[in-house]
Amino acid sequence: MTLGSRFAPLALVLGTVVLLALLPHMFDSRYALTLLNQLGIGIVFALSYNMLLGQSGLLSFGHAVYFGLGGFTALHALNAITDGDLPLPVPLLPIVGGLMGLAVGIILGWVSTRRSGTIFAMISLGFAELVAACSNIIRGYFGGEEGISGDRMSGPVLFDLTMGPQRDVYYVIAAWMLVSALLMYLITQTPLGRMANAVRDNPQRVAFVGYNPQTVRFLMFALSGFFAGIAGSLFAINFEIITAQAVGIEYSASVLMMAYIGGTGYFLGPVLGAIIYTALSIVLSAYTEAWMFYLGVFFIIVVVYAPNGVSGILAVHEPVLRARLMHRLLPAYALAFVTGAILLIGAVVVIESSYHLSQPGALTTTMSLGGIEYDADAWRAWAFGLGALAVGAFLLRETIRSVGGAWADVRTRMGGEAAA
Amino acid sequence: MSATPAISLQDVEKSFGSTRIIQGATLDVLDGERHAIIGPNGAGKSTLFHLISGHLVPTSGRIELRGRDITGMAPYRINRLGLSRSFQITTLFHRMSVVENIRCALYYPLGYRYSFWRLCPRLKDVHERADEILERLGLTGRRDVMAGMLSYAEQRALEIGLTVAGGADVILLDEPTAGMSRSETARAVDLIRALTENKTLVMVEHDMSVVFELADRVSVLLYGEVIATGTPNEIKSSRQVQEAYLGVEVA
Repeated sequence: MTLGSRFAPLALVLGTVVLLALLPHMFDSRYALTLLNQLGIGIVFALSYNMLLGQSGLLSFGHAVYFGLGGFTALHALNAITDGDLPLPVPLLPIVGGLMGLAVGIILGWVSTRRSGTIFAMISLGFAELVAACSNIIRGYFGGEEGISGDRMSGPVLFDLTMGPQRDVYYVIAAWMLVSALLMYLITQTPLGRMANAVRDNPQRVAFVGYNPQTVRFLMFALSGFFAGIAGSLFAINFEIITAQAVGIEYSASVLMMAYIGGTGYFLGPVLGAIIYTALSIVLSAYTEAWMFYLGVFFIIVVVYAPNGVSGILAVHEPVLRARLMHRLLPAYALAFVTGAILLIGAVVVIESSYHLSQPGALTTTMSLGGIEYDADAWRAWAFGLGALAVGAFLLRETIRSVGGAWADVRTRMGGEAAA
Repeated sequence: MSATPAISLQDVEKSFGSTRIIQGATLDVLDGERHAIIGPNGAGKSTLFHLISGHLVPTSGRIELRGRDITGMAPYRINRLGLSRSFQITTLFHRMSVVENIRCALYYPLGYRYSFWRLCPRLKDVHERADEILERLGLTGRRDVMAGMLSYAEQRALEIGLTVAGGADVILLDEPTAGMSRSETARAVDLIRALTENKTLVMVEHDMSVVFELADRVSVLLYGEVIATGTPNEIKSSRQVQEAYLGVEVA
């Protein structure tokens, strides 16, 4: 091991610490801090999910259960702090929520990790429905329709963090995100973490290197519940309110999409996915009512065309960068980008126009898109939208072919170098 | 060498529904011997392996490992008692590097078990042992390659390496040379001989030259029954075996 590679992880961590400390000074608007806080929560949640999907090969449809229950517990603990029953500083609440996530992970994991594959996935869905149903029954704990709310400006103050300003909340979330991400990374480097990968690759063989695959799955599941509980607690601190939605199937689906979009094959994949997904949903929802539709389409595109996620796309470019051949791909990429943009503009016009017309509350058919006012019911708008869609689709197909050609060229050049 | 057989099957039966695959197999594998199990396709050789290794539970009968009853025990428990096996279809951790594959076979036997507080890069004993085993397998040059990217013969070698790495002293190999070329087979035979020294070896094998070269004793399985056990020469000259299995028109 060279000196450089030995200190690289340390440098990465220190760099992240500095970046996290500087971020709220660079972007100090309320909007930016809100975005950053949600990114932090999403990153912890997505990383905890990838302990199952990417590292242990367990597809869960109910990961929000551990997130949500951790969040509810944190809020109940927060209210206990406010009432003076619990002498705990608010920034340490994630410990409480994490332990709840761990406890629920142990109980539900005990049952569900006996199986893997489809059966595991179905059991996870069953438990998700079960807990969602409980939220209607156990109203004291889940708070019914209104959920549970609290006041984070209470209890003993830690490091001058009164938790009043958004920035205080940011620092708490950033610190927990860093610690959780580090711990989750270190777990991948332990015998349990390695055996989780082994169980993912080949449970049959795992039994013949001394391990019970069920125990490996169970331990990873419980630990993953712990970190999901931490994420849920951060959510509770950030919003000071939590409703039954937080244990619901929608949140379970979001975290699956985050992990998948970022790519489950690399540790940092879900971090990328959480950033992309959260940023996209916040930004898109500010501009359009149909933001979920766009997210869904984006997810499908990733699943079909980039099954290893964004991190997978980045990873295949690493050898190209190292061989200094990136310039041979860029022209084709630029072309694909332009044609893709034409397709996208057409699609947006069609989607937004139909969405506008389908709104029962719409008084007029006039709408505005990108600062341009037009009549959504006029044939010209549709002709433009559908035309751009068709032309873009046709051109994109052609340009993707040239991307393939550029790749073939780069591959032969790299192969030639390897042989030389 | 002890007098207790390494593996002892007593009247083992296994049925799937109404089909009896193994019908009363009785067999002793002696401590320290190399024992080959031969028989035509469908004779139940792989099923027998699955029964011994705990993947399948026998319908009736008793299986002992060094005198200890292991009938119906979970595979990982049998493995911890010192029995390891390979698979007919290569079963590696294909998305991990070659060296990490071997390390995975070492964590448990070296006492690290389910630890999530110890960092693998610091486990010196695991690293040294793994590199040593790679050296013996002739895979040192491929240590950082993903297991799924190895050539077929290399994968089979790694398969054997994974089986013996943990230090089990009873080794079951399921068709270790299947699908190999003549020269690859010769190398595999040398490898098996070297790696199973002072251990008990049971192997299912189709290649008779491999069987007669490696095995101290041979058992013939036919329709789920052990019809004969003996030295390679005894088996070769046994009329019963020739008629039933080798298909030689007896002169």
